[in-house]
Amino acid sequence: MAADAPPVRARGLVKRYKEVLAVDHIDLNVDAGDVYGFLGPNGAGKTTTLRMALGLIMPTAGSVELFGRDPMRAGARALEGVAGFVEAPRFYPYLTARKNLELLAALDGDGARGRIDEVLETVELTPRGGHRVGGFSHGMRQRLGIAAALLRRPRLLILDEPATGLDPAGMRDMRLLIQRLAGEGITILLSSHQLPEVQELCDRVAIVDSGRVVYEGALADLRRQGGAGYRLRSTDDAQALRIAREQPGVDGALIDEQGLGFQAEERHVGELTLALAGAGIGVLALTPELATLEDLFFRLTDEAEPNRSDASSPVSTDSDLGATVGAG
Amino acid sequence: MSSVATSAPSLEAPVRAGHRPSVLSVYRWELRKLVSQKRTYLGLGLAILLPLIFVVSQLLRGHPPHADSIFASEIFQSGLATPVLMLTFLAPFFLPLIASLVAGDIVAAEDNNGTLKTILTRSVDRGQIFAAKVLAAVTYGIAAVYVSAGVGTVAGVGSWGFHSVRTFSDTVVSAPKALLFIFAANAFFLVPLLAIVCIGVLLSTVARNSAAAIVGTLGVTLVLAIVSQIPGLEGLHPYLLTTQYFAWQGLLRTPTDWSPILHSLWVCALYAVPALIAAYLVFLRRDVAGG
Repeated sequence: MAADAPPVRARGLVKRYKEVLAVDHIDLNVDAGDVYGFLGPNGAGKTTTLRMALGLIMPTAGSVELFGRDPMRAGARALEGVAGFVEAPRFYPYLTARKNLELLAALDGDGARGRIDEVLETVELTPRGGHRVGGFSHGMRQRLGIAAALLRRPRLLILDEPATGLDPAGMRDMRLLIQRLAGEGITILLSSHQLPEVQELCDRVAIVDSGRVVYEGALADLRRQGGAGYRLRSTDDAQALRIAREQPGVDGALIDEQGLGFQAEERHVGELTLALAGAGIGVLALTPELATLEDLFFRLTDEAEPNRSDASSPVSTDSDLGATVGAG
Repeated sequence: MSSVATSAPSLEAPVRAGHRPSVLSVYRWELRKLVSQKRTYLGLGLAILLPLIFVVSQLLRGHPPHADSIFASEIFQSGLATPVLMLTFLAPFFLPLIASLVAGDIVAAEDNNGTLKTILTRSVDRGQIFAAKVLAAVTYGIAAVYVSAGVGTVAGVGSWGFHSVRTFSDTVVSAPKALLFIFAANAFFLVPLLAIVCIGVLLSTVARNSAAAIVGTLGVTLVLAIVSQIPGLEGLHPYLLTTQYFAWQGLLRTPTDWSPILHSLWVCALYAVPALIAAYLVFLRRDVAGG
């Protein structure tokens, strides 16, 4: 493992299943210390990409390296310092949680067995350690999946939809755990369709659609690129919409139940208000709104696939972020 | 998990290339998994029950069965004839069936349950996991054969005594020597049985479905048995796996007839080695996309 090699580096990653191109030349750059969000709609190729990263499936073309090692060439050695799960973590239902962890520790070596009590405590499964996993709820299995990953003392944690199926308290606790682990310097590659989760946890993201990366970079940069949005309420919203659409520099004007939403640079907002006043329309309220990850997500994925139904207004408030997108 | 923020384990320790597990460690866990599954006991239960049913039925019947084997007429003279007769009865179908239960399941079940991805993302290579699974399936086959032989011997000796027996050549061997022959005969029967195990592992790796792999493995035995009955195909008999199920009988002749045993070794290798190599290559390269 090269000391300075990045946790994840994928280049031109392709996976084809007969006629279906699941992953289409994906490049990923996850740097040490990143909490890296991997976003995409259902079938975008996220899980397939993660499976290739973990050496579970063979790329049709391209390569992925974990700390400078390709799982296809280095086998299990490429997974040194790497842990995680793709889709739901799976265990032997006829074994207890502790026995499952003992088995996995035996496959890890390097003193992993001595950390079983510690990781069970971390995910608060100590009282259930002696129970068979077959009787566990989905949330308990997710937590056991995290425990199994922590046995390896990872430097890179790959988590595929870790909060899926958890109740709100479980989701909050999962976020806290991820934040704690990130705070300890673990690089985290988090595939999620929970946009609020990604927005809260991640500093860098890749958004994939139809097997291609449509954006990769800092989340803050993405939100800046998204431009400022505004919400306007007026004495005549319908007329205001017509004027806004004709106004140079004003984009994405739409009316919904909260009024007129649009995007524009500040100087064009001034010009619009003057135009509205000129038309005898009074401005009741004008509030700036930053584009959310959800807005940007749909904007990017709709650009990549124009035929997809319009699932989002051009601008929405942070409180709208309860929405999720399908797991890929 | 309300206290996760304060109770997460210390993870600052740098990960280093530590001690990696051996095939033996993985094999031990494969055995523990087998021991924890009810299905395992179904096969072993059959291996125990069938000799017991045979012995009890003969005790109730009161006279030896009419069969081609000399050991059939011998069972009332010596309990040591029972395990030999049982091997003759169980070799063509039941013991391959029992071996297939685990061999056909050992990879496919993990694929279906999604646990293959769990164990393949740890610190062991695919080759190590494959080797451990093959060893576990082989161990189970050996256990089934010797459990059946052991139960047959104990039940037979308990019912009819520990006496000398006549062999296929109509010569008499002492009881201790017969016991040794029984052990060796079962060992030689393992040769074709292990070929069946290899075929089972191949089907388990390729089919990704336990039931299909188990039935398929047994199907191989049945098809070969049918082929052996088709007139005009007698020339194939020496090369059929089913013929090798009885090669051990050469050991119970005086003098020992080694030719069927040696023939069996290379014929079984013709079935086992390609199946095992194919299974290994498929396992190394397969996409683990389930679960």
